[in-house]
Amino acid sequence: MSPVLAGVLQVLALVVALGLAYRPLGDYMAGVYSSAKHLRVEKWMYKAIGAHPNTQMRWPAYLRGVLAFSAVSVLFLYLLQRLQGSLPGSLGFASIDPDQAFNTAASFVANTNWQSYYGEQAMGHVVQTGGLAVQNFVSAAVGIAVAVALVRGFAATRTGELGNFWADLVRGTVRILLPIAVIGALVLVACGAIQNFSGIHEVGQFTGGSQQWNGGAVASQEVIKELGTNGGGYFNANSAHPFENPNGLSNLFEIFLILVIPFALTRTFGRMVGSLKQGYAILATMGVIWLGFTALMMWTEFAHHGPAFEIAGGAMEGKENRFGVGGSSIFAVATTLTSTGAVNSFHSSFTGLGGGITMLGMQLGEIAPGGTGSGLYGMLIMAVIAVFIAGLMVGRTPEYLGKKIGTREIKLAACYILITPALVLCFTAVAMALPTPGNSMTNSGAHGFSEILYAYTSGANNNGSAFAGLNADTQWFNTTIGLAMLLGRFLPMVFVLALAGSLAEQRPVPATVGTLGTHKPLFSGLLVATIMIIAGLTYFPALALGPLAEGLAS
Amino acid sequence: MNSSVGNSARLLWAGLRALLVLTLVCGVIYPLAVTGVAQGLMPGRANGSEVSANGKVVGSELIGQRYDLPLKKGQETAAPDLKWFQPRPSNGLGTNSVNTQYSLILSGATNRSGDNEELIDWVTTAKAAVVKDNSVPGHPVSPSQVPADAVTSSASGLDPDISPAYADLQVNRVAARNHLDTAQVRKLVDQHTDGRILGFVGEPRVNVLQLNIALRGLVNGTGTR
Repeated sequence: MSPVLAGVLQVLALVVALGLAYRPLGDYMAGVYSSAKHLRVEKWMYKAIGAHPNTQMRWPAYLRGVLAFSAVSVLFLYLLQRLQGSLPGSLGFASIDPDQAFNTAASFVANTNWQSYYGEQAMGHVVQTGGLAVQNFVSAAVGIAVAVALVRGFAATRTGELGNFWADLVRGTVRILLPIAVIGALVLVACGAIQNFSGIHEVGQFTGGSQQWNGGAVASQEVIKELGTNGGGYFNANSAHPFENPNGLSNLFEIFLILVIPFALTRTFGRMVGSLKQGYAILATMGVIWLGFTALMMWTEFAHHGPAFEIAGGAMEGKENRFGVGGSSIFAVATTLTSTGAVNSFHSSFTGLGGGITMLGMQLGEIAPGGTGSGLYGMLIMAVIAVFIAGLMVGRTPEYLGKKIGTREIKLAACYILITPALVLCFTAVAMALPTPGNSMTNSGAHGFSEILYAYTSGANNNGSAFAGLNADTQWFNTTIGLAMLLGRFLPMVFVLALAGSLAEQRPVPATVGTLGTHKPLFSGLLVATIMIIAGLTYFPALALGPLAEGLAS
Repeated sequence: MNSSVGNSARLLWAGLRALLVLTLVCGVIYPLAVTGVAQGLMPGRANGSEVSANGKVVGSELIGQRYDLPLKKGQETAAPDLKWFQPRPSNGLGTNSVNTQYSLILSGATNRSGDNEELIDWVTTAKAAVVKDNSVPGHPVSPSQVPADAVTSSASGLDPDISPAYADLQVNRVAARNHLDTAQVRKLVDQHTDGRILGFVGEPRVNVLQLNIALRGLVNGTGTR
């Protein structure tokens, strides 16, 4: 069997697996966020928090909950790293410097998992397991909570109520993420991922002597890192490290984990707004973009243009043999079209165009299928923009799911789509204009520019992957990327929740013959076009200077 | 004003309590439970899939090693020990720069782009070396026979595998250096070639450590069984 055919079959296997999980998981999640019952463990947790899970919140209250929880999380994670040197169970590792600790705390709370540190030499058991992995769970749960709040905004009738943030946070963690993580972690151990609390120990070698190894709770962190679309690796090589991703099967399983919740949330959405077809239209849009990007990536990586790859006879630089070009390409697209940023191969050594595809994937706003929760709300904002554009064409007030998209709604949606590009392009321009940030580049020319563009694209979009030639452990990058991650995560959430509140106060208008059928393939097509045009217009000049220049030269 | 400060404080206090509760569940109970089950059911894998030969641990099945000659005086990089099957290059590996009480291996890739001069140089040099090292009298290797994985660094720098093509390419050399029959060595490679899982997942590969352990057995006359 040729590697290309094997790659295509792996994509098909993924489609089948995701298809099988779609209905049960999507319906289950809808049930989780609609149910009036509380589990015993949840009641105990609400008591500890001091929250009343049945109290309905309007959007400002919901937002305050999100921000308070996240602010405390940043502070806690920052202090945990700053105190590491005095904490037991930390392998004797030193405390993390202030700028890097800030960057890392911002990164994990913002569901980005950008890493300017090397996991194996910097973070001990306590920070990895009790700090970083915890944020992998809760930042994902916050993302789903905000998405569900927006969906409730569409479904509500003149109540203005969006649910209870504490209940959504706890339920998402306890009922959705934890059960899948427990099973998934054991699957990964069965494949060969390690799961222990050993210290750093000596292991013999074939030619004599020994090498020093880290132990760690790797499998339990790996699974939630993918499932919660977080992406922060236990080891520097991330999911390319054999202890994180031991074989082809674990690789396919990890890609499945990355994609399963974001795709299934479209079913949850359809269920909760009372029309499964609306969910299918969003699913189709996501699916078309994902498959299109995957096909393009496999094409350019198998074609392996670029001087070094042509001499080598294949684009295997920065790729592992057990995954090959196919398994690496599928992973790279899944991780950059979601907010994951885990890597099983190093994007900086992809072909010029392949690197461009990973960047464009993030620049679309990570909505196909996007991060856990953030993918769905990002895509629904795009849907609002798309019905607005369609409304302009025929000259009537646009509606989506029975809610009028008026001036206030479209202003909020426009703010949402402007924030991330503004962060990416401004920070990149400033970094390029200043004398010192350029010293961090490994490669020169167009690829050097791409390293910096990629860094801010990844940070502001909360992805976390990198053109890792960039030495990002400098005060400049730690600080500015840290800010880009926080602003790129929480400002959009402000607008999403404000939009949700505004929608929740409206009375639905009945559909008429003039209403745009947002459950039809025509709308999915319009949505794909809208996404491409918006991202294209925003980022084309920057992409032309980086990956396009590199790709066209080879 | 006072009430809004009070409200914010109450909210942050709730946030902190939520974080602590969730840390207990996701950061303590969950990893300990998973570790307990994993250590109970699959201790070998949970502890790194260590491989022993002649009663001694010689590494992990999953972690690639170097098979080099001892470093000579004045040498910066060790020369490969051509008696053994050679792994992929690992130009992205590093050593720890902090917490230097340990000597850790830092996994990683080179992150060089396709048009990077240094990478072009590495690949060209590696290709010439593979051709030179593996050409034995009567069996010259041509540059077009060298597979891509033989001259490129992996993503982790710890790739435990080589492609079957690269293993085949090394058979004549390994047989000659160890005074073994080529057919015997080829059989060894065939025995240690893993196909795709379920026929289509991943890529075919040869685990270098397992292959070299078997080779050492053959050389020492303990057989391969």
